[in-house]
Amino acid sequence: MTSRRGSHSPAGFGKSLPERGLLLLVLLVLLEGSVLPLGAAGSPDTSHHTKAGNSAGNGTGNVTHKKAFPVLSLDYHHIQTPFEISLWVLLASLMKLGFHLIPRLSGIVPESCLLIVVGLMVGGLIKLAGEEVPPVLDSQFFFLCLLPPIILDAGYFLPIRPFMENLGTILIFAVIGTLWNAFFIGGLLYAVCQIQPANPSNLHQLELLPCLLFGSIVSAVDPVAVLAVFEEIHINELLHILVFGESLLNDAVTVVLYHLFEEFSEVGTVTVLDCVLGIISFLVVACGGVLVGAIYGILAAFTSRFTSHTRVIEPLFVFVYSYMAYLSAEMFHLSGIMALIACGAVMRPYVEANISHKSHTTIKYFLKMWSSVSETLIFIFLGVATVDGKHDWNWTFVTVTVILCLVARVIGVVGLTYMINKFRIVKLTTKDQFIIAYGGLRGAIAFSLGFLLKKELFPLREMFLTAIITVIFFTVFVQGMTIKPLVELLAVKKKQEAKRSINEEIHTQFLDHLLTGIEDICGHYGHHHWKDKLNRFNKKYVKKCLIAGERSKEPQLIAFYHKLEMKQAIELVESGGGVKMPSAMPSTVSMQNIQPKKPPLAKPVERALPQLPKGREEEIRKILRSNLQRTRQRLRSYNRHTLVADPYEDGLGDLLIKKQKMIELEKKIKDMNNYLTVPAAPPDSPTMCRARLASGKDTDFKPAQQQKGNTIGPDPQAYHTKSVSDSVPAIQVDLASPQSPDSVNMMDEFRRAGQQQQQQEDQGLTMRPPSRPGEAGGARDPQKLTRCLSDPGPSADEEEDEPFLP
Amino acid sequence: MGASQTRSDHEHQHLTDKTGFSLEQIKNLHKRFQQLSGNEETISKEDLDRIPALANNPIKKQIIGAFFDKRNQHQDEVGSCDEIGFEQFLMVMSHFRPPTLKTTDEEKEAMRKEKLRFLFNMHDTDNDGTITLEEYRKVVEELLSKSGAIGQEAAKAIADAAMLEVASTNVPHMAPDDFYEGITFEHFEQILKGLEMESRMHIRFLDVDTTTMRCGKSTS
Repeated sequence: MTSRRGSHSPAGFGKSLPERGLLLLVLLVLLEGSVLPLGAAGSPDTSHHTKAGNSAGNGTGNVTHKKAFPVLSLDYHHIQTPFEISLWVLLASLMKLGFHLIPRLSGIVPESCLLIVVGLMVGGLIKLAGEEVPPVLDSQFFFLCLLPPIILDAGYFLPIRPFMENLGTILIFAVIGTLWNAFFIGGLLYAVCQIQPANPSNLHQLELLPCLLFGSIVSAVDPVAVLAVFEEIHINELLHILVFGESLLNDAVTVVLYHLFEEFSEVGTVTVLDCVLGIISFLVVACGGVLVGAIYGILAAFTSRFTSHTRVIEPLFVFVYSYMAYLSAEMFHLSGIMALIACGAVMRPYVEANISHKSHTTIKYFLKMWSSVSETLIFIFLGVATVDGKHDWNWTFVTVTVILCLVARVIGVVGLTYMINKFRIVKLTTKDQFIIAYGGLRGAIAFSLGFLLKKELFPLREMFLTAIITVIFFTVFVQGMTIKPLVELLAVKKKQEAKRSINEEIHTQFLDHLLTGIEDICGHYGHHHWKDKLNRFNKKYVKKCLIAGERSKEPQLIAFYHKLEMKQAIELVESGGGVKMPSAMPSTVSMQNIQPKKPPLAKPVERALPQLPKGREEEIRKILRSNLQRTRQRLRSYNRHTLVADPYEDGLGDLLIKKQKMIELEKKIKDMNNYLTVPAAPPDSPTMCRARLASGKDTDFKPAQQQKGNTIGPDPQAYHTKSVSDSVPAIQVDLASPQSPDSVNMMDEFRRAGQQQQQQEDQGLTMRPPSRPGEAGGARDPQKLTRCLSDPGPSADEEEDEPFLP
Repeated sequence: MGASQTRSDHEHQHLTDKTGFSLEQIKNLHKRFQQLSGNEETISKEDLDRIPALANNPIKKQIIGAFFDKRNQHQDEVGSCDEIGFEQFLMVMSHFRPPTLKTTDEEKEAMRKEKLRFLFNMHDTDNDGTITLEEYRKVVEELLSKSGAIGQEAAKAIADAAMLEVASTNVPHMAPDDFYEGITFEHFEQILKGLEMESRMHIRFLDVDTTTMRCGKSTS
């Protein structure tokens, strides 16, 4: 590095050379490089420093040649850019952190407003310090770095179902609404500028095209601002998707209008042909964007098919492909936003089926992190840019702009809703219209577009920028702050927070098929019919290509069920074992409901069965105990390392939990079922059941387990042979794979959870060797014994109603 | 022709009042009904069975069954009939009407109940007022019947999990000896609260007559 530096500052080097001996040369080069790094930067004001430093060095150099090697030196310029970026990010994150520490503040004012204020203050401080404010909201930087994460986050987690159901409405708002806004604002603005010849300013010089350009910039609803505000007001899904979808899809319109008017402003004339070309251009921009996004999305899905051996880089594919989609679209001036949305929405279902659960979590967190930092930065930068920019405040222009924006939005929404409601089945009410109109927030995209305007072509650029900033501030501050109370006041339906239950999923599917069926009977091919067609096509061809292995054939309902199970298993593991059973499926309550049924079942069994000799019982108990101890040791290691630190997670552990849970559930249900179907269960039948089980032939459970093993895992062997009671292949299979300790331990943890709960409930359980030696221990002796003896660890087929007490 | 036209108009008027469909919708549906029945007065299960588009529907059997279920006719009868007339056909269809802007909240609530009752009846095959685990399993099995062996086996587990969920959400505190017999209508309402049936369970009934142009009972 030093040599590099030295060669980069030839001036200083050359100057000192004649005065130094050849021997000192190397040392001096080293010195120069490290002490005088500023010379390397080559900026005009630092060159002065270099010279001063050099002369000082020369002066002392003659007296004491042996200046000590600089242990510590300062080289700020070397790291300046990344350092400042990190500083900004840190500032943004700390601000975000800070707001949420003050509970009352974040309740009243939306975060976006506060961030803008912070930006204003920071910008003011920089100005006060006399420094040059960095061009933070540089359009290049904004469009290439800050915007994509937010849009990708929105696209990847786009609620596809409501989006598709309301696509028509969204498109009408996004396309026709934005066009209307642009032309209404631009046209009227031009008119206002013209009818004021007495105006001292140069407003009447303004021509129509710049006005329209300005109108198109300022008319687009901004996804960033909408997201920031709407996430806080928790409005119902329909309104959210309408406003947010509009803000995403109007990008194509904005892009086209922007380029169109910019072009025309240079030329100065518009022909009919230009208009036609403009419309074609719009279609190309929108469809091209979607197409580019979809291609990359499919590529990403296809790639993720093969990542099962390199799980670590899975999330990267999602990000990189999406970014490529964005950049590719931007390259052709297509709508990058639409490309990103399409890419995210297309790849998600397939990618999620392919990647591991941890990768999924990683993707989720990375996206959320990036988007929230980007968002924070955008708002802060908006504040900074406001302080920084040269402003040309024109009262007329600014007020007229703000008023026109509001009026155009209201008229647009009401008019379009009137039209749309003729076709919609679920009509939009007046309240809905109000929220849609009021939620039309403008944001940083408009500012950046305004920033891109060239001063030579638009002499009034400063005035435009000022007006844009005013509109942004007005919408974000006034509307953003009042929308929450208004939503409360109007009692607009809020989003239900409840998570999706399995019953709802079943009935969603059921309803889909039902409605398709009814449509078919009516003989009219509506939405449901086509959706069904598309689904079937997807299942038949697309999924097979894009999803690896078994999961491509998995119906949606089963996939959902697995996901649910998964989530519960993880919740269970994270809750630290057993105090609480997973919430949704076998909730605490229902467990109580089901489990107590066992004692009356089990007791007669115990009595009915012959008891073991005491010695044998002791033996069993010892084995059980040692088993349990081993379990615990493994548990500890699992907690410390594997779950937290192991990035090479293979999904195997997950699968095993899943299976395990299924098996246990199966058993519980079996018990429950006894009750459900045979309400007043005669003591015999369950007893018989138990007895058969106890006598070493658990035929009752075997088929079920085998089935489960077959259906769910990719490695059915794990549970296949398990019913052969004395060899426990589940464990062996596990050991063969590299993930074995992990998975086994997770199972242990899981089982232990179940056991602990049973201990808490403490109602005459079947096996309680230490406390009640007489009746319990021998119940399942022969089989248990053999099983335990051959077991290296807890096997998969131990029933959860056998508590191993230490 | 003219006489029969006025007669059917009069009939349709009567049906409009009863089912809430508009006159055009009823005319469209009537056309379809005649197509399906082969210009007969009544329609049979086989007629519906022959609709080609239904062939791929996993719950085809239940859908057709619902048409012939007397419980869906707003009369206090139970059981199923072999053939239904146009009026009954319309009555079943009327469960799938969308709410309008003018629908009041009470009407919406009634509508929701009605739609849910329709679903409930589809599940509750033996009409004992509860959906037992057996019945629920059957539903899920049917739902997954198109996905082969995996579906059949997973169906049971899913139905069981769903049943547990219902039991745990609706009867939080059961005595140890209690058992959950099945989903009653109240519980059914409860668990599907989040789905907003009133605004989801509907299809678009055409006002204009396009059925004959676009599709209809395909002759092939």
